[in-house]
Amino acid sequence: MAGKTQKDAAEALAGVLFDGMTIMAGGFGLCGIPENLIAAIRETGVKNLTVVSNNCGIDGFGLGVLLESGQIKKMISSYVGENKLFEKLYLSGELELEFNPQGTLAERIRAGGAGIPAFFTKTGVGTLVAEGKEVREFDGELYVMERGLTADLAIVKAYTGDAEGNLVYRKTARNFNPMMATAGKVTIAEIEHLVPIGALDKDNIHTPGIYVDRIFVGASFEKRIERVTTRPREEKASA
Amino acid sequence: MAWTRDEMAARAASELRDGFYVNLGIGIPTLVANYIPAGMHVTLQSENGMLGMGPFPYEGEEDADLINAGKQTITELDSSSYFSSADSFAMIRGGHIALSILGGMQVSEKGDLANWMVPGKVVKGMGGAMDLVAGVKRVVVVMDHVEKSGAPKLLKACTLPLTGAGVVDLLITDLGVFEINRGKSPLKLTALAAGVTLDEIKAKTEAVFEVGL
Repeated sequence: MAGKTQKDAAEALAGVLFDGMTIMAGGFGLCGIPENLIAAIRETGVKNLTVVSNNCGIDGFGLGVLLESGQIKKMISSYVGENKLFEKLYLSGELELEFNPQGTLAERIRAGGAGIPAFFTKTGVGTLVAEGKEVREFDGELYVMERGLTADLAIVKAYTGDAEGNLVYRKTARNFNPMMATAGKVTIAEIEHLVPIGALDKDNIHTPGIYVDRIFVGASFEKRIERVTTRPREEKASA
Repeated sequence: MAWTRDEMAARAASELRDGFYVNLGIGIPTLVANYIPAGMHVTLQSENGMLGMGPFPYEGEEDADLINAGKQTITELDSSSYFSSADSFAMIRGGHIALSILGGMQVSEKGDLANWMVPGKVVKGMGGAMDLVAGVKRVVVVMDHVEKSGAPKLLKACTLPLTGAGVVDLLITDLGVFEINRGKSPLKLTALAAGVTLDEIKAKTEAVFEVGL
C-alpha cells in the first residue's frame, strides 16, 4: 500500500487541485488553520475556488492570502468581520458569499461526511437564512431543512499524527477540523509532530486515519494570534 | 444617570444561577464574567469548542491554540474540556446550555432579535448567534437603549434582518430592564437605572410596555 506520508505541502497537494473546485479549510479565526497548505495552494495558482471555512483569515495571513491573489470565487462562512479585503471584494461584487450560522455550518459538514444529505434545525427559522428552504413542523416547533456539505478537498491542521493518518488536535485548535476531515473526497492533514505508529493513545484519537488520505509535517508554523489579551501579572499574588 | 457598561454587566450577572452552563457573547456580555458572585459555580462555554473558560493569560503565557469565540487568548481550568465545533453546537442547539447573554442592534416587543447585519453596510456574519438564540434555554440581551443618533432600539418590530424570531427572554439596557418572555406575555419594564425616569424611558422606546417596577 502506498504510504500517506508526504514530504511537504506541495507534494501533498500534487494532482488534487483543479480550477473551480470546492475546498474545506479547518480553523476558527487563525486558530488551527492549515497554514502550510494555504500557502502552497497560493503558489499553485489554482483559481475559481469555492472555499468552505468558518472565517476567511485576516489581511495577509491564512485564507486572506488566497483572497489577495484572487483565487477565491465564493466563500461559505459564518463570520468574515476580521478581513478588510474581504469587505472590499464582496461589496464590489468580485466575491460571492454564502453565510451559514456557525452551528449549521458545522452540522452541514458533519452530516456531509456521515452520508446524511439533509437535516432539520431550529437555527435560522424566521430569518433570511430560511428563505427558499423547506420549513417543517415537528412536535409543535418549526425547523428548517439544511443540506449536508462535502468538498473536493479538505485541508485540516492537527497537532500530532502518525503514518496511518490518525490525528490528535490541541485545545481550541480542534474546531472545524474533525468534521472537515470526514467531508473531503480527498483529505490532507498538516501536523506539527509526526509520531511512530503505536505512539498515540488509541482511546484518544480524534480523527481516525480512515478519513485522512495524505499527511505531512508542516515546514513552519507561525500560529499567529489575532487578539492577544492578557491580565496584569500582579493579580497572581492575590489569585 | 444611565447604567455604565459594567453596571449593565453586573445586572446581567444577577441572571446567573449556581450550576449553570453559560455562553457569553462579545462586548458587554464578556464583562459579565467579572461579576459572577463569589461561591457560585458557573461554567462558561466558548462556542469555538471549550467548556470551562479560564481568565486571560499572563503576558508571555499566551497560547495560539487557546482562544475564545472573540479570538482573544484565554486559559484553561482544571475542569475544562475541548471539543469540535459540531459538538459545541450540539450542546447549544440541543438545549444543554442554560443561559446565553448577547449583544443586540434591535429588539422587538415580540422578542425578536436583530444583531448580525445592516443591509447595504458592512456585512460581517452571524457567527454562532442564530444557533444560540434558537437553542439556549434562556436568552438575555444587553444593549444600549438607543442608537447613537437617538433612534430607539426597542421597537414594535425590528427593521433589520432578524437573528431569531420570538427568542429574547430579558432585555437589559443602560436605562432599565424589560421582561419580554419571548413575546408570550406583554412587554414589561421591571427595573429602571438609577436617576432614569419613566417619562424618559417611554420617550426613548418605540415599543409599548407595561410597568411592573
